[in-house]
Amino acid sequence: MTTATTTVRPGRVSQLRVLNSEWIKLRTLRSTFWSLFAAIVATIGLGMLFSWGFATRVGDHARPIHDAATMAVTVPLRPYVIAQLAVGVLGVMVITGEYSTGMIRATLSAVPRRLPVLWAKAAVFSVVVLVLMEIVSFATFFGGEAILSSQHIQATLSSPQALRIVTGVGLYLTVVGLLGTALGAIIRSTAGAIAALFGILLVLPVLGEVLNLTSWGKHITPYLPSNAGGDLLTNAPDPGSLGPWTGFGVFVLYTVIAMAVAAYLLKRRDA
Amino acid sequence: MIEAKGLTKRYGDKTAVNDLSFTVKPGVVTGFLGPNGAGKSTTMRMILGLDRPTSGSVTVNGRPYADHAAPLHEVGALLEAKAIHTGRTAYNHLLALAATTGIPQSRVDEVIDLVGLRDVARKRAGGFSLGMGQRLGIASALLGDPKTLILDEPVNGLDPEGILWIRNLLKDLAAEGRAVFVSSHLMSEMALTAEHLIVIGRGKLIADTSVAEFIERASTGRVKVRSPQAARLRDLLVGPDVTVADTEEGTLLISGLTSDQIGQTASDNGVTLFELAPQQASLEEAFMELTGESVEYRAPARTAERSAA
Repeated sequence: MTTATTTVRPGRVSQLRVLNSEWIKLRTLRSTFWSLFAAIVATIGLGMLFSWGFATRVGDHARPIHDAATMAVTVPLRPYVIAQLAVGVLGVMVITGEYSTGMIRATLSAVPRRLPVLWAKAAVFSVVVLVLMEIVSFATFFGGEAILSSQHIQATLSSPQALRIVTGVGLYLTVVGLLGTALGAIIRSTAGAIAALFGILLVLPVLGEVLNLTSWGKHITPYLPSNAGGDLLTNAPDPGSLGPWTGFGVFVLYTVIAMAVAAYLLKRRDA
Repeated sequence: MIEAKGLTKRYGDKTAVNDLSFTVKPGVVTGFLGPNGAGKSTTMRMILGLDRPTSGSVTVNGRPYADHAAPLHEVGALLEAKAIHTGRTAYNHLLALAATTGIPQSRVDEVIDLVGLRDVARKRAGGFSLGMGQRLGIASALLGDPKTLILDEPVNGLDPEGILWIRNLLKDLAAEGRAVFVSSHLMSEMALTAEHLIVIGRGKLIADTSVAEFIERASTGRVKVRSPQAARLRDLLVGPDVTVADTEEGTLLISGLTSDQIGQTASDNGVTLFELAPQQASLEEAFMELTGESVEYRAPARTAERSAA
């Protein structure tokens, strides 16, 4: 009576099947929906607000802005700084949500080789965030520039560096989320991993400003993760910065290192 | 089939599991018994490759668990209830696990019906009672129609109807030729479900035996006799290897003779017997006797007073 009326044919665990499993997991949690919703609303909503504020400021002819054309490219997209909070938290929770609930033991019993789980989580998360945030970034750019056109300072995708910056928003946010996933797998606690992630992204740059006051510190600050990653999203780089793709490459490298540590620990530690 | 050889797990200087060797055979329910903190859950986690043994090894169906290409088809496990993301529905939880090994959606529906969760399958698991969590855990264990089942305290939190259901389920699974390994700290529950017992205390093997033998081993070998002619019977029975104790008026406790021998002697001499009863230790007593030395957490005086009273 007990078990199989449906014939259950033994199927090998494969990376593709684990990807499918992780896709089911990601789309069946409300927290996924709400974090992404927050990221979208923050980017588009604040993007429009910043653009409107900037347009108003430019309209004040008593106080002219000399580099308004340069700023017009980046102003609508500045809210990426806020969106990274939502995307980063989601990246962390993709893995710590399993540790806090005990789900991880079910997951690792089903995939005892373990590493396919980490790769699948990272891949599914990356594709979802990248596709979504690229769309949001382009939408925000076009919406924001439409508002700026009232002052005839709007940029287009063919403006200098514009295409790189608009595309860069989705790339940067995806890597922020992946760094969150790696930290989540290393620290295994939601609160701890979120603190670590935003410590790295938001607190380190502040310390960097202090470092900048020393002669040797100046050579370190460009390599801080968010400074390096942020190089991709600016058309007015700080002196000494690494340049858009080199900087972003350094940011990706940090994330790859964190992911490698996460993989090593996931494989070695008791679940 | 589970085979553990010299399985040991240390956390710092604390040894949770100490040189444990045993075999869980297909076709029977094997009870894994021990007081709380004896190392049962740690052992089960090591079987599933979740915890790495400090030394020793354990194989399932001939291989370390992690080396199986289709692990859910080899072993179904219920570790603790609620190894479930609280935000996900029961159905989606099972669907995600099933996907790892290509188990079809129809099988997910089937195990949901099997454990009686149809009505709540689309509700989020965070709202489940412990009993519902156990049922969901059992559903996930059965997903891959596995040859071996490992269940950690499956009756915890179940109502009497649920306990009866589990008991029959486990027996049926064993009757189908599967190896069924069930842990419990409740001796009486195991007596009703298991045929074979592996008893541990403080991480060490105490007994690896059939339930019948386990009771036999723990029996006192004494026979209680109640008779209106107790004094006469006493004189008839006493001998070099036989001791007779008077406990109360008209009652004797006899060691060194079987109840058959005593009954025969009484009958031959026309002694009336009101009661003739071999004294078997209850399973609970047998268990306490065996594990008494190895209880990890004990309330100091009160427990002792109670058992003395």
